[in-house]
Amino acid sequence: MNKDAARTLTRQHFGRTIGLYTPLYISNYCDNHCVYCGFHSQREIKRKKLSSAEIEKECQILHASGIQNILILTGESRLHSPVSYIKEAVEIAKKYFPNIALEVYPLETEEYHELFLAGVDGITLYQETYDQAIYQKLHLAGEKKNFTFRYEAPFRMAQAGIRHITLGILLGLADWEKDIQALFVHLKKLWKTYPGVEYALSFPRLQKIEPDHSSSFPVSDADLLNIIVTARSLFPRVGINLSTRESAALRDSLFEFGVTRMSAGSSTVVGGYAGPEEAEGQFPVCDRRSLKEIKEMLRQKGYDPVITDWRRITNESI
Amino acid sequence: MDDPLIIAGKSLKSRFLLGTGKFKNKSELTETILKSGAEIVTVALRRIDLERHADNILAFIPENITLMTNTSGARNAAEAIRIAQIARAAGYGNWIKIEVINDSKYLLPDNAETIKAVEKLASDGFIVLPYMNPDLYTARDLVKAGAAAVMPLGSLIGSNQGLKTKTMLEILIEEIDEVPIIVDAGIGRPSQAAQALEMGVAAVLVNTAVATADQPVLMAQAFSKSIEAGRMAYLAKLASASDLASASSPLSGALFE
Repeated sequence: MNKDAARTLTRQHFGRTIGLYTPLYISNYCDNHCVYCGFHSQREIKRKKLSSAEIEKECQILHASGIQNILILTGESRLHSPVSYIKEAVEIAKKYFPNIALEVYPLETEEYHELFLAGVDGITLYQETYDQAIYQKLHLAGEKKNFTFRYEAPFRMAQAGIRHITLGILLGLADWEKDIQALFVHLKKLWKTYPGVEYALSFPRLQKIEPDHSSSFPVSDADLLNIIVTARSLFPRVGINLSTRESAALRDSLFEFGVTRMSAGSSTVVGGYAGPEEAEGQFPVCDRRSLKEIKEMLRQKGYDPVITDWRRITNESI
Repeated sequence: MDDPLIIAGKSLKSRFLLGTGKFKNKSELTETILKSGAEIVTVALRRIDLERHADNILAFIPENITLMTNTSGARNAAEAIRIAQIARAAGYGNWIKIEVINDSKYLLPDNAETIKAVEKLASDGFIVLPYMNPDLYTARDLVKAGAAAVMPLGSLIGSNQGLKTKTMLEILIEEIDEVPIIVDAGIGRPSQAAQALEMGVAAVLVNTAVATADQPVLMAQAFSKSIEAGRMAYLAKLASASDLASASSPLSGALFE
C-alpha cells in the first residue's frame, strides 16, 4: 500500500480528526537497568516522585491548558511507585480529566482491575523489542528482564477490563522489520482473544540519551513512514500514536498517513509543568509546541483536533 | 406531499438522520446539518465536552435540531445504560441511540446486550433507537422492549458498502410495522440511500459518506434529494422488473383493423 492509500483508509475510518493527549510524569524512579534509557536505575540523575499536592498542581496546570486526555507515566519501580501510589494519582487526576491512561510497568490482572475500577480506561506498554536475545542483553536488571511477563501483560489488561491498550516497540534497538512483524503478531493474538478492546500502536524511535548506548539499528524518517503506512494497511481500525519525540516538521508531514493521536504541550520532566525543572526528562521533547499551537496546525491542514473522545463512566467488572 | 415520518409521536419532514463524527471542522458541520434538512442528529456522548469549552461540538448544532446522543464506546448493556443516564442528567434530552459494540475490528452491534439496554431505558422513559444487526427475532424483541424505531445496519459501519444486508432488511420491512425501520450504517452513496427508501425503510442515518466527502455540504444535499426521491418512488409503487423487453409505447393493434 502506498502512503496515499493509507491516508484514504485513515480518513475513511477516523475522518480528518486527530485525538490529542498530554503526558504527565509522576515519578522517574526505576528498578531496571535498560542500557539505552535515560531513567535507568544505575544512572545518576536527579530522582523525583511527585507528592499528592504536586500531582494536583500538575493536573490543575494541564487542565487549564484545555487538555482532556491525560497519560500518566509512573516510572518502572514497584518500590517507589506501588499500585497504591498510582491509584492515588488516578483519583486526583479524575477530578480534572474525563479520560485517563497509564504507562506503567507490567502488573498482575488483579492490579490492573483495581486501577480500572479506580477510573483508568487506557494502558500503554512497550515490549521494546521482540528479539529475545537482544532483549536480554539490553535489560540487565530488574523485573523488566522477564520478557514473558511483559509480553503477556496486555492480555491481563484486557482481562481486567481496560478499554484502550497501546502496544509498541522502541525503534532502534533491533532489526525493525522483524520487530514490526512480531508486534503485528502480538496485536493479532490480542485482538482475536479480546475483540472488544480498542487497540493502538506507537512507534517511538530511540534517542541518544545514554552516552554508552547509540543505536545500532537506525530507523530513518522514510522507514518510520513505511512502518506507519504498513500498520494502517494491515489494521485499518487500529489507532496510531505519534509523540513529541519526533520533530514538529516530521510530525506535520507524517501524521496524515495513518496517525490518529498526537501528544501536545508535552514535558517529560517529573513535575515539569509546574516547574522549576528539578529532574531530568526521559528523553528530550523535540516538538515543544503548546496544545494551542498543535490545534492551530491541525486546523490549518484541514483536520479537526479532538480534545474530548471519552467520557468516563463508572467502571464495573465485566 | 404530506408524508411525515413519525418517531415516538414526533412528526418529521425529513427522512435523513445525520451523524456528526469525522467532520474536519465544526463550522462545516453546522452548514452540513442546515443544508441536509435533517431534523435529528446523533452525537456520541464521549465527544461532548461537559465543561462546554469553546469548541464543544454541541455549540455547532443548530437550535431547532433534535439531539439524539449515542452510547458509542459501550461494550455491554450496563455501560450503554450508564452513558444514557449521564446524557439525560447533563440535560441532553431523552432521545438516545443505543450502540453496544464489543468488537473493535468489525464494530458489529451486540444484539443480545442491545435488547437488555433498550428494555431498561425504555421503561425509564427514554426514547430509544437501537442500532442492530438485522435479525428478525432481535427486531421483534426490540419492539417488545419499547424501542421507538429499529436501526439495522446496511453493511459494516463506515464501510460505504451499501445494502449488503438487503435480504434481511426486506424481511424486517415485511414483518416489522409497529415502529419505523431506519438503516443506520454502511450507506456510502446517495443512490444507496435512494435504494433503501425505495425498498420501504422509513429513513436512513448517514455519517461517514457525508463527513469524509471532499465537500460535505454538497454531499448532504445530494443525500437529501436522493432520500426524497427514494421515498417518492416507494409511495408511487415501483413497476415490476422483467427479463423480457416491454415496449414503452405498445401497439394497440388498431392500425391493422
